[in-house]
Amino acid sequence: MTIDMEQFHQVFFEESFEGLDVMETGLLNLSPGTADMEEINTIFRAAHSIKGGSGTFGFMDVSAFTHVMETLLDEMRDGRRQVEQRGVNVLLGSVDCLREMLAAIQSGDEVDSKSVSTHQKELEIELNGSRSEATGEAAEIVVPEPDKAEDSAVNLGWHIIFCPHVHLMKTGNDPVRMFRELEELGDLTVEADFRGLPEIQDLDPEECHLSWDIRLEGDIERHEIDEIFDWVEDDCDMSIISFADEAEKNRPAEEDLVAGEPIVEKVVPAQETAKAPTKQAVKAEPEVKRPENKPAAKPASASIRVDTAKIDSLINMVGELVITQSMLSSLGEDFDMTKLDLLQSGLSQLESHTRELQQSAMGIRMMPISFVFSRFPRLVHDLSSKMGKQIELKLSGENTEVDKTVIELISDPLVHLVRNSLDHGVEMPDERIAAGKPALGIVHLNAFHRGGNIVIEVTDDGNGLDGDKLFNKAVEKGVVEPDTQLTEKEKFDLIFAAGFSTAEVVSDVSGRGVGMDVVRKNIEALGGHVEIRSKLGKGSTFAIYLPLTLAILDGQSVAVGDETYIVPLASVIESFNLKPEMVSYVAGRGETFRLRDEYLPILRMDNLFGVHRTESGKGSDGLLVVVEGQGTRCGLLVDDLLGQQQVVIKSLETNYRKIEGISAATILGDGSVGLILDIPGLLRLANR
Amino acid sequence: MASILAVDDSASMRQMVSFTLKGAGYEVIEGVDGVDALNKAKGRKVDLVVTDVNMPNMDGITLIKELRALPNYKFTPMLMLTTESGADKKAQGRAAGATGWIVKPFNPDQLLKTVKKVLG
Repeated sequence: MTIDMEQFHQVFFEESFEGLDVMETGLLNLSPGTADMEEINTIFRAAHSIKGGSGTFGFMDVSAFTHVMETLLDEMRDGRRQVEQRGVNVLLGSVDCLREMLAAIQSGDEVDSKSVSTHQKELEIELNGSRSEATGEAAEIVVPEPDKAEDSAVNLGWHIIFCPHVHLMKTGNDPVRMFRELEELGDLTVEADFRGLPEIQDLDPEECHLSWDIRLEGDIERHEIDEIFDWVEDDCDMSIISFADEAEKNRPAEEDLVAGEPIVEKVVPAQETAKAPTKQAVKAEPEVKRPENKPAAKPASASIRVDTAKIDSLINMVGELVITQSMLSSLGEDFDMTKLDLLQSGLSQLESHTRELQQSAMGIRMMPISFVFSRFPRLVHDLSSKMGKQIELKLSGENTEVDKTVIELISDPLVHLVRNSLDHGVEMPDERIAAGKPALGIVHLNAFHRGGNIVIEVTDDGNGLDGDKLFNKAVEKGVVEPDTQLTEKEKFDLIFAAGFSTAEVVSDVSGRGVGMDVVRKNIEALGGHVEIRSKLGKGSTFAIYLPLTLAILDGQSVAVGDETYIVPLASVIESFNLKPEMVSYVAGRGETFRLRDEYLPILRMDNLFGVHRTESGKGSDGLLVVVEGQGTRCGLLVDDLLGQQQVVIKSLETNYRKIEGISAATILGDGSVGLILDIPGLLRLANR
Repeated sequence: MASILAVDDSASMRQMVSFTLKGAGYEVIEGVDGVDALNKAKGRKVDLVVTDVNMPNMDGITLIKELRALPNYKFTPMLMLTTESGADKKAQGRAAGATGWIVKPFNPDQLLKTVKKVLG
């Protein structure tokens, strides 16, 4: 029977990555010096599972590597080794290395053997540092070894005396099974010895009082017999002697039998060993042949785990929908006006079922934000020790659910914000103490739902933002004119301006060439925005607002000529009637209008997209929709506002091609196509 | 058809063991840890138990000990899946009443061979 082991690989990889996360979290929770047994046990189990699985599924490098980690953890578990920061760091490094190894194997890439051997060496140094005699064990690899040649003597037969202890049957072993197996090896003669049998009134039928004198004839190797008795060697007294030795020693085998002490044959006649290896080599081959180490040719398809309750509710909704549909279709077969009420209630049911179905389907793509948050304890741990700061990370709202795509895309901007808080927010311990604050700084990651948005906040209790310092810096960098009047909030927003960095020294922590402007750009590309709240000396909060899903958008429909466009509601500030006297021409900027104290450019949608306006909308008289994105604003001149609605986003690029100023398309209620405006793109056009 | 209780906290190992045994015509009951397996074993009888050792909630050795104490499982063969380094585990398992062990890593053929040996 051949079984394709590859079918289990995907599950193995998934559970191994989960196991690595468990190990990482566990290692971070370990505090040096104390041994939290439950925590160490959990880490050990995860390593153990990865080792067992990788060995079984043929990833021997992974298995050998994990074996060393496991040995180290085992010593911590048994209390033979102190939990020290150094050991924990080495293990953390190994977790990373293992993760890379597995990822490489999963996608069929080359494993970085240099990094693997470096980490393995570190582990071995850590392992052997406190144990001088332990050089051998680390190198031990779990590949089944062929039995050693000296164990296997070729004989013409064996004389076995087998005296099981009385409780043998209670281990689930059965002497008959062993006889059956022995019989497969050669000609078997078994003689039962009844001498140990008690009187019938004392006999417990569950105990074993018999012993056996066994003669097995044939060209059989010792290890084949040992294998059969392997499981019971502690539950019996036995002796195994070859016919040849028996004859040579010329004494009855019974004399060798000492209770409780199995006699093991060590002396092997020389002329017989000479024959053994050839046979051994042939026989052993199928044993040591590894399962084929064939990495999957392509990266595995993306999969998500879904709570069964979500699937159940989805199926339930589909059921409801089918019932409503059949009700409506039977209604349609002989419809007259008396049934109008029924039709209307059926349609409203259909509407509510469709909406619930949509929510359930969206729910499948929802994942808890903890998928992103879980990487931060490690990040904070590593960075704070690198920077010499004492920082505690608090997480809350980890179970807040958000669309899978959002999860994937928010990770990088969030890492940047947290790095920023660690680097520029929280001060060095001595500065904190001087400012009357505890040396331990706190960075708080919080997520929650608000309206149709998910809000993720990064809060630190550091020094806060200094609006004036930011402003001066911005002037120095030429980001703003010196005479610009800005509110406190606008001054904070300056750190999102391109080419702005307030750190005196660009560190390798946050100064990685990508600035906060990129963070904001990425967040706005997701249809979200960032807000800053800060108090000098107290700390800052960066709040990211994101839509719950990227598949559906809350939009404002606007009419331009005969066309309908969708403006993402999140970017709309306000709308009003544009009177001709509000429009002024500024050299180099074209048409602008005055909104309170600000002059904003006007984008004429009809000109931009080549649409003819309806007669009524001619002239500058029309509706102006003020939109905002990336800190700038402009007015879109349209004919009419049609209403707000949720629209399903369809990619324009996959179905047609990319168009400047348009981000996607949707199908409107009447079946026609509506284009969704790309506000950041339009703003770039307006400010050009 | 012989029934086998296969216990492992690792989903991939459990799938592999279960798939192999089902393919050979055995009825397989899966347990995700010792507690789960014990609950599934109670009130019925299986012909063989194959269990991992390191598991959360209840490990394989405790599971074997608990099962052995049940009247239905007095003589039932119970095999542990163990790694080669676990020599003391083997001794512990035997003390708890394990019939024998299968050394990890193993392939489906080795598993079947051992199971056939025990079930006869």
